[in-house]
Amino acid sequence: MQKKISKIPFKGTAEQEEKLKAVIAECKGDKSKLMHVMQQAQGIYGYLPYEVQVMIAEGMDVPLEKVYGVSTFYAQFSLSPKGAYNISVCLGTACYVKGSQKILDKVCEELGVQPGECSSDGMFSVEACRCIGACGLAPVFTVNDEVYGKVTPEEIPGILAKYRNG
Amino acid sequence: MSNVNVKVNGIEVSVPAGSTVLQAARAAGVEIPTLCYLKEINEIGACRICVAEVKGARSLVASCVYPVNEGMEISTNTPKVIESRKTTLELLLSNHKKECLSCVRSGNCELQKLCTDYGIEDAHKYSGAMTHYAIDRSASHMYRDNEKCILCRRCVAACSNVQAVSVIGANDRGFDTHISSAFEKPLAETSCVSCGQCIVACPTGALSERDDTAKVFEALNDPTKHVVVQTAPSIRVALGEEFGCEMGSIVTGKMVAALRRLGFDKVFDTNFSADLTIMEEANEFIQRYTKKENLPIITSCSPGWIKYCEYYFPEMIPNLSTCKSPQGMFGSVAKTYYAQKMGIDPKDIYVVAIMPCTAKKFEAERLDHTAVKGLADIDAVLTTRELARMIKKEGILFNLLPDDTFDAPFGLGSGAGTIFGATGGVMEAALRTAYETLTKENLDDLHIDFNDVRGTEGVKEATYNIAGNEIHVAVASGLANAEKVLKMVKNGEKHYDFIEIMACPGGCVNGGGQPIQPASVRNNVDIRAVRAAALYRDDKSLPVRKSHENPDIKQIYAEYLEKPGSHIAHEILHTGYIARKKY
Ligand code: SF4
Ligand code: SF4
Ligand code: SF4
Ligand code: FES
Ligand code: FES
Repeated sequence: MQKKISKIPFKGTAEQEEKLKAVIAECKGDKSKLMHVMQQAQGIYGYLPYEVQVMIAEGMDVPLEKVYGVSTFYAQFSLSPKGAYNISVCLGTACYVKGSQKILDKVCEELGVQPGECSSDGMFSVEACRCIGACGLAPVFTVNDEVYGKVTPEEIPGILAKYRNG
Repeated sequence: MSNVNVKVNGIEVSVPAGSTVLQAARAAGVEIPTLCYLKEINEIGACRICVAEVKGARSLVASCVYPVNEGMEISTNTPKVIESRKTTLELLLSNHKKECLSCVRSGNCELQKLCTDYGIEDAHKYSGAMTHYAIDRSASHMYRDNEKCILCRRCVAACSNVQAVSVIGANDRGFDTHISSAFEKPLAETSCVSCGQCIVACPTGALSERDDTAKVFEALNDPTKHVVVQTAPSIRVALGEEFGCEMGSIVTGKMVAALRRLGFDKVFDTNFSADLTIMEEANEFIQRYTKKENLPIITSCSPGWIKYCEYYFPEMIPNLSTCKSPQGMFGSVAKTYYAQKMGIDPKDIYVVAIMPCTAKKFEAERLDHTAVKGLADIDAVLTTRELARMIKKEGILFNLLPDDTFDAPFGLGSGAGTIFGATGGVMEAALRTAYETLTKENLDDLHIDFNDVRGTEGVKEATYNIAGNEIHVAVASGLANAEKVLKMVKNGEKHYDFIEIMACPGGCVNGGGQPIQPASVRNNVDIRAVRAAALYRDDKSLPVRKSHENPDIKQIYAEYLEKPGSHIAHEILHTGYIARKKY
């Protein structure tokens, strides 16, 4: 799957920028540290949007396309922010057999996003994940730290509403 | 360097140590097919079409990167090798938009040729899951069709290693790997400099110039338009390749004849406006040199270089010569001086430029290139390839054409104008004129060649003593080389008075709009050197070899432009630049 690029406006804070700048200052001049800088940036911002990648490209003196290439090659990097609530639907074998794809589809449909994306209000992000070790409860998904097991697509709107109304 | 002895298909050869299997095979007179490998540009050993069997090795080796050693026995055509190559081709075809019937590269496509050679003819057999991409037509000079891309990455290497631009790369992974720019931005929104070096590196129809032939045919068919054409210096030494002539053939006469048959009302020579550029630029250099202002002066005839400067070295903009390129100067005088002289309303004049360059398409769209308010100086730019396409479409048998000559008043070009097409040529042309202007002496035939600035090296330097002045010059071609030179100038490591920069390695003869030579040729012949040698032959054979001695040039200054650097020359022949943001 091609990585989803978020269209949500960038909302980085001065504090985050300072942190990233400090990381870059440490690694400047050593292009082999690019991955490291990107990992730190992912940690600081939760994802690697255009603005952050430009800071990295300019700071490390590497072309933006190189940074982007790396960010789309490795699964650990995301181009989309995490929502206030991050929904992770398990597509491991046990869950898949029990229809977790339909759960994922339903969640995406309800939120109007693709897997890997964040809803435009920044509230929910959705991703697929591998077995989380709760196969007995298949199909399983999590919302931040809460685990939902043996769910059906019909239950999804209700569960989402609970968070929405918060 | 010591040699090693190896056997290729039983043939014994001795090759320098460190040679690859591919080179050893070549030395033995054996060709191994390649796809990703492009000598000195892309040596990544990724596509595996070049596999060969090496006795004792566990698996097939990629011959383009595998080094030979003493006593090695290599087989390039065993059933195992052939099977492996076939599988590679089948895999490529299974995710390829197979439209050879209409494809711009049909007949000159490296993938198509290999499929024919290996008998992989049933295109439909190889239809598996396909990735889908929209064609990126955003840029003014080219388009990219990822559905014809075989991910050889030759374009990526050209853009980053040769040009130091790096706006394209392989993004995402696995089945989704594709060539694009950061954040999937259309090429027009990146800091691409429009050089087209990616196009001439591409083995397939994935990358191609924007085809403007339709609008030129339309103008030619419009009776209200007076359609004139100008041909850049490098076209005459490359166009023949499209018609099977030996590389390095000079086909000026046939080219002019073909243009006339296509229906152009007048066929003019950009060599004339190259001379005009020299008049203005040599004058500008002398002015700046005397006042010690904005030195080094840097040439401005390569629009790929200009765009690069605007994006990557905006602080050097004051150093750029303000001269429009020969293409632009031609358009300017065509719509002013020529229109007046002929009594034609400039808006009825349609100016076509035949260029070795894709960036010239971008240049023609620059807003300040309008000598007559509201009219673009240039109405259409065609690359050498597009011209060849028009000639073929019209059924003109190029090789049978009688030689013809350019029209007045822009039909005479000096030898100085012709060498514009080779790296170092603009410098040499300017020096010929600056020398005579400063010393008031005649450069005779023994002294007219400035050999230090000739040749295909990426960076050349020389110092000339002219009328008691030590003039330090540098010549760079290929933007990675330009970057090196500019960095040295900026940090004070080097001092120059005059720098020539061409975006394309070797200069316009190797421009992004020139006939595409496959890797099988480029890996063995330096096309830059062969085409440039033809230009220097052309220079030697011309009656006039200095721009300021060109009679057409004398005439236009006498009748219209007054003198180099005059008010009117500034109005129509000079231009300005804008600092652009990279991201
Ligand atoms: S790129 Fe080559 S193989 Fe593909 S359609 Fe064009 S000519 Fe045919
Ligand atoms: S035209 Fe030149 S700068 Fe633009 S993508 Fe191609 S190689 Fe890079
Ligand atoms: S666009 Fe052409 S040169 Fe670039 S990777 Fe694809 S096939 Fe190769
Ligand atoms: S497969 Fe879903 S939790 Fe194990
Ligand atoms: S691996 Fe040798 S040509 Fe591609």
